[in-house]
This record gives sequence, structure tokens and C-alpha cells, in this order.
Amino acid sequence: MSDATRPTDDHVPGDDEFDPIEVFPEADEMDLRPGADNCYKCSTCDTNCPVAEVDDEFPGPKFQGPEQWRLKRQSDHDVDDSIMKCSNCMRCDHACPSEVPLSQMHNSARGEYVDERMSKRSLEYWRNRLLSNYRLMAHLGSKVPRLTNFVMGLTLTSVFNEKVLGITSEREFPEFATETFREWWRARGGSDASRERAQAAREERGESGAEKRVAYFHGCYSNYNTPEVGKALVRVYEHFGYEVVVPEQRCSGTPMFANGMLDDARRAADTNVSELAAAIEDGADVIASCTSCSMSLRQEYPELFDIDGVDDVSSNTWEGLEYLRVHEDLEGELEGTRADVPNLAYHVPCHARNQGLDGQAIEVLTTIDGVEAQDVGESCSGISGTYGWKEEHYETSMQIGEEMFEHMERADGDTGLTECPTCAMQMEHGTGYEIKHPLEVLEAALVPNSPGTERAATDGGIDETVGPNREGQDEPFGAN
Amino acid sequence: MAITDDVLVIGGGLAGATAALAAAERGVQVRLLTYKQSTLRHASGLIDVLGYAPSGKGPLADPFDTLETLPEGHPYERVGSDAVREALLFFDAIVGDAYAGEHTDANALVPTSSGAIKPTARYPAGVAPGLASDPRETLLVGFETLPEFDAPLAAAHLEETGAPFEARGVTLSFPGIRRDDAKVTRYAHLLDRDETVDVGRGETSARAALAAIVRDQLEGESRVGFPPILGDDNHATVRRDLEERLGVDVFEVPSGPPSLPGMRLEDRLYDALDDTGVRVTTGVPVVDYEGADNGRSGASSTKRIEHVLVDRKGRDVPYRADEYVLATGGLVGKGVRSERERVFEPIFDCHVEASPDRYDWFDGDAFGDHPFARFGVTVDRELRPLDTEGDLEFANLRAAGAVLSGYDFAAEKSGSGVSLATGFVAGDRAGSEVRG
Ligand SMILES: Cc1cc2nc3c(=O)[nH]c(=O)nc-3n(C[C@H](O)[C@H](O)[C@H](O)COP(=O)(O)OP(=O)(O)OC[C@H]3O[C@@H](n4cnc5c(N)ncnc54)[C@H](O)[C@@H]3O)c2cc1C
Ligand code: SF4
Ligand code: SF4
Repeated sequence: MSDATRPTDDHVPGDDEFDPIEVFPEADEMDLRPGADNCYKCSTCDTNCPVAEVDDEFPGPKFQGPEQWRLKRQSDHDVDDSIMKCSNCMRCDHACPSEVPLSQMHNSARGEYVDERMSKRSLEYWRNRLLSNYRLMAHLGSKVPRLTNFVMGLTLTSVFNEKVLGITSEREFPEFATETFREWWRARGGSDASRERAQAAREERGESGAEKRVAYFHGCYSNYNTPEVGKALVRVYEHFGYEVVVPEQRCSGTPMFANGMLDDARRAADTNVSELAAAIEDGADVIASCTSCSMSLRQEYPELFDIDGVDDVSSNTWEGLEYLRVHEDLEGELEGTRADVPNLAYHVPCHARNQGLDGQAIEVLTTIDGVEAQDVGESCSGISGTYGWKEEHYETSMQIGEEMFEHMERADGDTGLTECPTCAMQMEHGTGYEIKHPLEVLEAALVPNSPGTERAATDGGIDETVGPNREGQDEPFGAN
Repeated sequence: MAITDDVLVIGGGLAGATAALAAAERGVQVRLLTYKQSTLRHASGLIDVLGYAPSGKGPLADPFDTLETLPEGHPYERVGSDAVREALLFFDAIVGDAYAGEHTDANALVPTSSGAIKPTARYPAGVAPGLASDPRETLLVGFETLPEFDAPLAAAHLEETGAPFEARGVTLSFPGIRRDDAKVTRYAHLLDRDETVDVGRGETSARAALAAIVRDQLEGESRVGFPPILGDDNHATVRRDLEERLGVDVFEVPSGPPSLPGMRLEDRLYDALDDTGVRVTTGVPVVDYEGADNGRSGASSTKRIEHVLVDRKGRDVPYRADEYVLATGGLVGKGVRSERERVFEPIFDCHVEASPDRYDWFDGDAFGDHPFARFGVTVDRELRPLDTEGDLEFANLRAAGAVLSGYDFAAEKSGSGVSLATGFVAGDRAGSEVRG
């Protein structure tokens, strides 16, 4: 079933009182023992933790994971409140030579802490809930984007946020797009239109094979804030002859895991897994443009939730460039194309590193003539989703980010590049740079006349020409 | 489409990084793919070539004398002592002035955090002023919150060992650190960034505060040794700054894991990989391979690896190259795994020499000669793994580092040296093979 035939109205958390409440299995019923017993106390995880490096009060991942787990097993030990200082960057997972599932331990400990120790009447709880349910805010905000952007920009609002809610006034709220990705998608004709374009592209490419189909998991950010990323994905995939479908979806859960809101995450996961599993059943592979979304679907879902189809979704989910690189001759296709974006300062999101995607963007994009990108090093950006928005973590977040800011400033040029929308926020906040997504650069090279590339005011125009930006066609990137 | 390069190095420890750099010297496209972090982060940062003979004789004054006499099958015997020298030269060029020891074949004697003296071939520049062969009086400074380095005890041990100088140790409280389990990266960060710390009498910068409390302890010594926490990215600056403030030489005493000198070496190597154009992929393991017969028969019918499969969170993605280097480490790095009944190499299932009876794996004496320490793949002189019959497992696979059999790095003090020498040879051969 394509999404053109189903109601495309978004569900938002809070709309679904009638959902049967899933009983989330108690965190400590999860059998983490083999993982904990694997720990041989080498402290490699501790030396990778960006929070422990700058914050004296944080005892580090070895304590949060295996040690706390052992304490709990031996006696009736409460989860230590320092778990809320972990930013869920997952660098400890990436480090551990002994495959201890540290982030899974942190996620379940955080869930238990919030369930049992955090007052449901505290402002902290509601602030965290508000932050982790960004989609709800964004959904309402995007109904009246200009008003919301205006209100969010008011000094009064930021004073209220900081003093009452504990949301730092140092950061500016991301602007809402005047047209969400889904609105654009619907206006453009949904997947019926996409099927036609894909077919035309396949004919032009001389491909006679079976239909190619992907289901796009756009996540909240590229829907509400940076629809240009979603549009780039759609145009690039259609260029390769893929029909894009956009299933119903909710938040991937990343901010909810980080805030210990496992019930909220579970509810969102129920929708996502059933919708995406259905798309997979229809022959699509799942593509995400945000590396934390793909991380969540691939690793955290099967680690935390026992939902029908969860393993199917996990093993058929890909990041946007990754899929093309494995299924198409992406580098061959880019050979001889051009996009004028020299001097990109690229930051690898921590969650991308965990998926083996660390070198990918630079490897792929630098095959395009006119694209130069410099890796600004492996340090963490420090924002970790909602973490850096909290008043009490803002300083830590900026201290962690310092190394990245310095490296960005040392690199030539003043455009940043990253896959993660919150890393992008931090990069922009720390340096004032404009930040691009790798898919936007791909779009500029492969679909040079698209409205995205030309930044035409008439987004949604159907007359997009197909055909890569071959050498000689001078098409400046991002010009309007 | 498989992700394609000329040479694929599997494993990102010292052996893998060296192999990738050596292959890249041949002008081919190299990828280094590694799952988790390597033992470089636990290691002392010292490059030990050979401290003790396999017979236990030592400490050796000159490792090269003994290198020639090693038994058949020892990794150094496989590559030959010229290759060991070449590999050290290669290392010297990569690390530049961050390391010392290149002027001689002889082992340097480095005091360690337990007050023992370790024979080693190359050592970080920050360790150099502390060498045990240097007769100057020494003050060792430990910190209450870093109990692994007991400075007074280490000083006493050094004197007992017969070090040709007087050593004294003091234990101080590190300015700005309150937690008794603060991470070594926290200490390094404070000094790297010279953060403001509160020392009770108001605020001052971390380096000034540290120099002030150490200065009070000096009794005419002309060098001071610290645990290895003197900065990370800005280590050289931190050390120089402390030297200027104290007016004496400042050095680090290598310690057990976790170890900043090991991490600094890792950073150097990975910077070099980046500069050389090696593609680096981390966080995902190679889990399997697909091979093909080369069509010939008889002795040259050896199989070739077509591509390997990398598990990206539940989905296998093919990576293809002409030549492969296996540098996945030993039992610690998970390059060799053990189950109750067997010891095996998990990716290519290369033959691993091990007794079928697990009770033969350990010597009765805890500090005895454990056969398991030598488990690993057996290779020819080109470092190509051999099967039970002594034939090549694959035509296009080489192995390097702790995954190799035939040596006991902990007993011989040869860990880094073997990784360096075999990594260099495996990478160099793989790179030149591609060029044809
Ligand atoms: C605690 C400790 C202290 C030491 N101290 C010293 C010292 O002071 N001096 C000295 O000379 N030596 C020392 N050594 C020894 C030395 O560090 C090692 O012997 C040597 O460097 C091994 O390096 P390696 O590259 O072969 O393997 P490792 O460092 O083990 O690296 C192997 C890498 O391969 C990766 N890998 C494994 N399987 C896969 C897979 N399937 N796919 C992809 N990647 C994979 C691992 O994640 C790891 O990153 C020490 C070792 C230890 C454990
Ligand atoms: S890295 Fe893994 S094995 Fe080492 S201390 Fe941390 S959890 Fe334990
Ligand atoms: S997830 Fe990140 S912040 Fe949390 S313990 Fe691990 S390394 Fe530290």
C-alpha cells in the first residue's frame, strides 16, 4: 500500500489516548549479565567518555554500566542519579574492546531511574518530557511557523524557558520551515508521483530490471526544520530510479532514550516498526537521513524492545549515502560531476561512527569535482540531542564541543558538513557557520537543475529536470 | 557494489595501522577497517622490540644480538632482523620528534610506575629525561587520587633495583581534582587547556597550581617524574611549561592501562593515516568472507579472498580489495577466540596451532610458560597464513601483530616490536603485490 492511499495526517504523541498501553518489561529483567561479565575493567570506555573528561561529577561509563549493574545484582541498590549526566553519545560502546553493551545498560538504567526516582510532578521531568517529545512541539509549531519562530525568538520566551523550564537561553530555537517535508511531499503528488519519476529515470538510465523502492524515515528534524534535506534525498533517489514512499512515522526515540522516557519511546517504536515492516514487506528498504535515527532503528530498537518485526526493520535500515554506495555505482555516477562547494568542514556524528560510516561522506563527496572536504577530527560535538539544551548541561556541552569548534575554525572556509541535525545545531552555534547535509551536496552534483539546488522559491514544482551536473555546466551550489 | 579498495587492512591496532601506512607508501588505495579500540590504549606507549630472550635470559642490552637466534616460527625469525630495523626506521619517520631512542640499537632502560626497569627500543620524548641510565637525582611525584602510582614505593624500588641515582617519592593532591576515581583524561584535559582551578586560596591556572605544589617539594633534584597524565593533545606544551616553571627536567613514568602515552601514539598513527589518504572505517566488524578458487590445480590452486563481509548492525556489506591484511590482535583484541573445546581465528578460520586438550593450554604455575600466550596463526616468511598441511590458506592474505603464533609478548617484552615489524612487512608486501 502506498502512502498516497492512506491518510497522511501525522499522529502526534498525545493524540493516541486510545492506544493500548504496552507494558514495558522492567529494565532489570533484561538479561545484561553476559555483557556485564565481559567487562575486564580495562577502562577504555572511561577514556573515551567526553563528559567524564570535562565534568568532575560524572563517574564515567564503566561505573554507569557494568559496575552499577553488579551493585544492583548484589544488593537492592538504587540507580545512581549521575546516570542523567550521560549524554548517550555512545562513544563508550564504540570503544569497548570486550563488546560490553554499555549504551544498552545506560538506557535501561536511565529508564529505571526516571520511572522510580524522578518525581513525575517535578519540572525536570516535564522539561525532559517536553524536550524529548520535540515532535509534539514541532508539530504544533509548524502549524503557525512564522508566529512560533517569532515567539521563540522573544527574550521573554527564553527567560521563561531558562528560569522556569531549565532550557538554556544561550541557544536559539531552530526555526520551523514554512512548509514541512510532508506537506511538500503531498503537494508534489506523494508516492504516485514518485513512482512515475522513478520509472522515467530508470528508462533514461536504460535499466530494465525490477522496480526499486525505498521507504524514507525522515525523522522530526528534516520534516519540520530542514525539509531541504528530505527533498534532496527524494530527488537523489529518484535520480537513481528509486520510487520513494514516505510511511507514517513518529520520533525515532533517540531523545527519549537519552531522557529515560522509555514508555514514550516504546509507543513511538510500535508505530514505526509496524509501518516500516509493512513497507519492507512491500519490497522497500528503509532509508534515514539522520544517523541517530538510523542508529535507533538498527541498534536501540532490537536492544530495548521486543516488537514483532523489529529485527526485520533493524537489518533493512540504511543511512542515505550508505545505501546508494552499496546498491549503486555511486562513485562511478559521481565521476565527472561538479558542484562548487570547496572548503567543507566535516564533522562525523558519534552515532555515525558506531555504524561504520565515519569516512563515508568525505570518501564519496570528494569524487565530485569542485568539492573539497576536510575532516575536523573525531571529537564529540557535545550537544547530544537534547543534552546541550538543558541549562545544567549547557556548559559541559560547550566544553566538549570546544575541540571541534577550534578544528572547524582552523579548516579553510566557513561551511560545515554533517549528517546529524543536532550536531549541525551545535556546529552552527559554536562557529556561526552554515551547515549542510551530505545529501544536499549529492543533489547539487546529480540533480543540478532541481529547485533544491537552485533554491528556487517554488519548491514543489513538478518540472524537475533529471540529469547529472556534468562538467562544463556551471551550476553554483546553493545559489538562489 | 562492494566498497572497493586496493588493500584492506582488518584491525586498527599498532600492527594494522603500520600495515596500512606501509601499504599506502606503495601508492595504492588502502582502507583500514577496525571494530573496537585496540590495545594501543592500554599499552605503555613504549616500543619494546625484545627485552628478554624466549629462554628468559635478560634484560637484553641489545635486542638485535638475540634476534638472529630466535627459534623457527617466531615472528622476528619469519621477517628477519633487517625488516625489524626497516620497520623501526619507518616508525621513526612517522612519529618524528615525539619519540626518542633511534640513535642506537641498544635497549634503553625505562623506569616504570612500579619502580621496575624495563628494556625498550623506542620511548616517548616525554619519558626521555627519566632514563635509568641517567645518574641525576630524581623526585617522583604521585597523587592521592591516582593510587596506581605510589611514588615513594616506586622510588624505593628503583633504589633497590640498583638504579645509579637517588630517588625520592612524594604524594600530593592534584589541584582541581576532587573525585578519587577521576579519569586520566580529566587530568590531561585540565592541563591541556590550563583550566582555572580552585586551590583554596583563590583561583589559579592548573599548570601554575601544579608547579607551585611541586616546587615546594624539590630538594635540589634536577628532574621530576610524574604519572603519565601531562596533557593529551598539548602534551609537549604542558611538559615544557612545567619545566620552565620548575626550572628542572620533567618526565613521565609509563604506567599500566589506561594509558595516555598509548592514546597519544594512537592519535599520531591515525593522523598519519589521514595525511596519507588511507580510508578509515571504525565501529563495525568483519564477520566473514567469500572466496574463489583461482582455477589452477595442484600446489598453486590456492584460494583467493574475493571480498569480506562487514556486519553493519545486522546487515552484511561486502568490502573488496586485491590484497588483505589480518591484524585483529590476539585473545585480547579478539583476533583469536577461544571456546571450551577450541581456539580459532573467527574471520577466515585460518588454522590456529593449539592443543585439542584445554588442560594443556595453561602451565600449572600462574607465572609459568603458558602455551596459550603463543596461540595464533602460523605464517610463511611472507606472513601468509598456513593451513595444517603447511600450504597457503589464501593467496592474497597476510597476517601481522598479536594474531600471529610463536611468541609470548608479555614474557619477551616484544609486543609493539612484533606488531611494528610484521605490520610493516605485511603492508609493504600487500601494497607492492597490487602494483604487480
Ligand atoms: C594491557 C596491555 C599492555 C601492554 N603493554 C605493552 C607494552 O608496554 N609494550 C609493548 O611493546 N606491548 C604492550 N602490549 C602489547 C601490545 O599492545 C600488543 O601486543 C600489540 O600491539 C598488538 O597489536 P595488534 O595491532 O596486533 O592488536 P590489537 O591492539 O589487539 O588490535 C586489534 C584490533 O583489531 C580489531 N578487530 C578484532 N577483530 C576484528 C574484526 N573481526 N573486524 C574488524 N576489526 C577487528 C580490534 O577491535 C582491535 O582494534 C600490551 C598489551 C596489553 C593487552
Ligand atoms: S571498555 Fe569494556 S571491558 Fe573495558 S572497562 Fe569499559 S566496559 Fe569494561
Ligand atoms: S554514552 Fe557518552 S556520555 Fe554516556 S557514558 Fe558513554 S561515553 Fe559517556
